[in-house]
Amino acid sequence: MYKIAVMGDRDSVLGFRALGLDVFPCEEAAEARRQLHQLARNDYAVIYITEQLSSQIAAEIQRYKDEVTPAIILIPGKTGSLGLGESALQSAVERAVGADIL
Amino acid sequence: MASTTINPTRMELTRLKTRRTTAIRGHKLLKDKRDELMRQFLDIVRLNKELRQKVEKKLMEAHSAFTVASAVMSPEMLEQALCYPKQSVSLDMKFKNIMSVNVPEYTFHTANDDPSEIFPYGFAQTSGELDDAVEALSEVFQDMLELAQVEKTMQLLAQEIEKTRRRVNALEYIMIPEYEKNIKYISMKLDENERSNTARLMKVKDMMLEEQVQKAEEKKRLRAQERHAAQQ
Repeated sequence: MYKIAVMGDRDSVLGFRALGLDVFPCEEAAEARRQLHQLARNDYAVIYITEQLSSQIAAEIQRYKDEVTPAIILIPGKTGSLGLGESALQSAVERAVGADIL
Repeated sequence: MASTTINPTRMELTRLKTRRTTAIRGHKLLKDKRDELMRQFLDIVRLNKELRQKVEKKLMEAHSAFTVASAVMSPEMLEQALCYPKQSVSLDMKFKNIMSVNVPEYTFHTANDDPSEIFPYGFAQTSGELDDAVEALSEVFQDMLELAQVEKTMQLLAQEIEKTRRRVNALEYIMIPEYEKNIKYISMKLDENERSNTARLMKVKDMMLEEQVQKAEEKKRLRAQERHAAQQ
């Protein structure tokens, strides 16, 4: 059995707790980095992370991109979308096709 | 590859020819694999784009509902209300095989099946806005899970396509031309050897013929001399 985690600033992720997801509020990059590795080791198959937080630990997220677990998915935080999710999509297309075709 | 010297022998030629055939067959197969992966990938990218837009829009709605709720309620109350969730979610992961790439498929189970059980608090001390916010979140959750599945699939496929593309290109532009070049070199060299051998044989034959002609003439001359002496 796998679990689902949500990481991000407190206000953005608090609501997910009501749904029964495991919520890990993180504000700082160093803390988030440590938390992410911990989650990846501990049976979390899907980790949702706010774009605001993910922009600070992009290298770590990149590391898990080619692994089957965990799937790290960017979601917009409270302050709105930064367009990082879209740009991740674009970079994946660029990687596969060799050119941006969207 | 280019710097290594190759022996211009028939055995080497046969070996290279089989390797070239294998390379060409592998190239064709990998190219088909790449094309099929690409077709699937583009479908998934399109789906992913749609889902992401949908999820982001719905999440923003949920967030704004939460902002309203936190404006009405004190932060301590909000925290308290959400502190102990009634619901818990666990995830089941299966794998689907797309062109030998294992991609995950998620299904989630909620511990509590009643959809109205998502509110982990009593209604007396919380505002109605919080109910709306939690409801909005639970609506978007199904799509979020699908997004996770599609996005991971897309990443894994992208990686596989990149790998296959590199292999196809390496075979097409480096390995196969290299084999062609070496095969050509060996067959040229062998032909050249053949020709020089023929030329040498012809030369030897000429020399032998000349020798025989000389010998015959010598004999003739000797016999003529003998005949001459006998007559005298």
